[in-house]
Amino acid sequence: MPTDAAPRDAGRGTLPDVTSSNAALRRFLHGLPGVDAVGLEARAAALGTRSIKTSAKAYALDLAISMIDLTTLEGADTPGKVRSLCAKGASPDPSDRTAPRVAAICVYPDMAATARRALDDAGAGEIHVASVATAFPAGRAALSVKLADTREAVAAGADEIDMVIDRGAFLAGRYLRVFEEIREVRQACGDAHLKVIFENGELATYDNIRRASWLAMLAGADFIKTSTGKVAVNATPPNTLLMLEAVRDFRAATGRQVGVKPAGGVRTAKDAVKYLVLVNETAGGDWLSPDWFRFGASSLLNDLLMQRQKLTTGHYSGPDYVTVD
Amino acid sequence: MSTPETSRGRLAVLKTYKLYVGGKFPRSESGRVYEVTAATSAAGAAGKGQWLANAPLASRKDARDAVVAARKAFGGWSGATAYNRGQVLYRVAEMLEGRRQQFAAEVTAAEGLSKAKAQAAVDAAIDRWVWYAGWSDKLAQVVGGANPVAGPFFNLSTPEPTGVVAVLAPQRSSLLGLVSVLAPVLVSGNTAVVVTSRNAPLPALSLAEVLATSDLPGGVVNVLSGDTAELARPLAAHADVQAVDLAGAEGGLAAELEAAAAENLKRVLRPAAQDPDWSAQPGLERMTAFLETKTVWHPVGA
Repeated sequence: MPTDAAPRDAGRGTLPDVTSSNAALRRFLHGLPGVDAVGLEARAAALGTRSIKTSAKAYALDLAISMIDLTTLEGADTPGKVRSLCAKGASPDPSDRTAPRVAAICVYPDMAATARRALDDAGAGEIHVASVATAFPAGRAALSVKLADTREAVAAGADEIDMVIDRGAFLAGRYLRVFEEIREVRQACGDAHLKVIFENGELATYDNIRRASWLAMLAGADFIKTSTGKVAVNATPPNTLLMLEAVRDFRAATGRQVGVKPAGGVRTAKDAVKYLVLVNETAGGDWLSPDWFRFGASSLLNDLLMQRQKLTTGHYSGPDYVTVD
Repeated sequence: MSTPETSRGRLAVLKTYKLYVGGKFPRSESGRVYEVTAATSAAGAAGKGQWLANAPLASRKDARDAVVAARKAFGGWSGATAYNRGQVLYRVAEMLEGRRQQFAAEVTAAEGLSKAKAQAAVDAAIDRWVWYAGWSDKLAQVVGGANPVAGPFFNLSTPEPTGVVAVLAPQRSSLLGLVSVLAPVLVSGNTAVVVTSRNAPLPALSLAEVLATSDLPGGVVNVLSGDTAELARPLAAHADVQAVDLAGAEGGLAAELEAAAAENLKRVLRPAAQDPDWSAQPGLERMTAFLETKTVWHPVGA
């Protein structure tokens, strides 16, 4: 059921025109088709019932592990905690060296340098360091502060920047302001990848999530991310499905591929596999790679490892056989 | 409960028996059920083989979920004071007392006993709860204590619960036998996953309703009915189960389960060679089988 959210006449190269003024941007975003909430939720629920077993399950578990942005975003984070998280990301299951490494370690900007050094020391240079920035998680700071925050994180060795949008401005309809802010942060990132966090739980409607997705993609986001993990409603299958539809339609309209990252609330291997089904059935196999789909999670990794151990040993594993975070 | 219609011509309300996992009453994840029939009686009572109810036929995934629930409940239950655990277990006996008639009827049908014998078995089961409840704050005094050592140290041993215990309930004694293997596991702070008797699961499933209304935190006891071997194999091999009580494992199954349990060094309580007399005084064995001893050295005068 492709919704074909891009307007029919939106051919390649014509989309930048819609960002010429706030009115034009507003016209474009509000011209996107409305979301059929009941249909969306039913579709997400139906795809969640797929049964993935044996070799397909083994593939899905390994793929999910390799897609994890192993995250610690606590006020109580210490260099020691970040280093142990890096060691875990580099070698998730010490009892089984065939377990893949995670995609990235996600930390606050002041811990980015610590994480980079710990990963290099562990011989895991290919694992990226992702840093949240722009006054995460609320995003309520002056633009100059947000840009400085971003530059410092990149200078400290972050390969990926997770920024939050100004939800206040977005909900007030000041789309161009949000657009300009993403663009400026994009420039401050330099070579680093930019993930744009919408905080779906605060956007209130599915229509807003679709608009935010298009807005961020137009502004140059490399990834769109569901949430910060700091509010009550985080990643859910319906809102992730909606964002997957948006990246699919955006590529069809402009030729540029954008990644998706659900974050917060994905805790079990079963959930993770359901998300992979959503990816494959919505965006397609092109997105089934750590370059285009990520999980922002911490406890998910342990459950994936326990399921993996169950497949290798034939008996159920337990939390005593994975590391404590 | 055994006839769909009563003498007054009123349609009886049949009970749907369910599993008890994590304080909730789910159906089996597999959706399966099996027929439970009345047991044969020595006196050749009427109603032998008569359909009693459909019981859920739990699957290995139900067993897995039950272990997760038991693990989650372990911290709270083992961390509760012994006094509090004793109170909660005594409360179970209080609740059972109020349902004596129901359990007597279920045990009569399940085991094929006479009414008087079934009532005696139910009374003995209630008394057994009370007896074990009393042990909760006394066990540490009997099996722990101060050890004499040749040095300026206090040396203290205290018993601690083993963890999650998989209990295979006795196949024939559907209530008294079940209580006799379950209560000693709980009293010291372990949490339990109980596999009921294959052919007489109904008293155990009703006991779950008693447990749910007895201040016992959800997940401390999880009750699964179904094929003993099908459920026992994944439980015995499960890396997050610390001990198994094989009371209900018959024939060659016990040896097979013991071999599977060796994989993560579970504690194993073997079944008795003969069907034991569950009404006899139990002694401490079943309690001490699921205890670990922690010994602490402390300098004198420091």
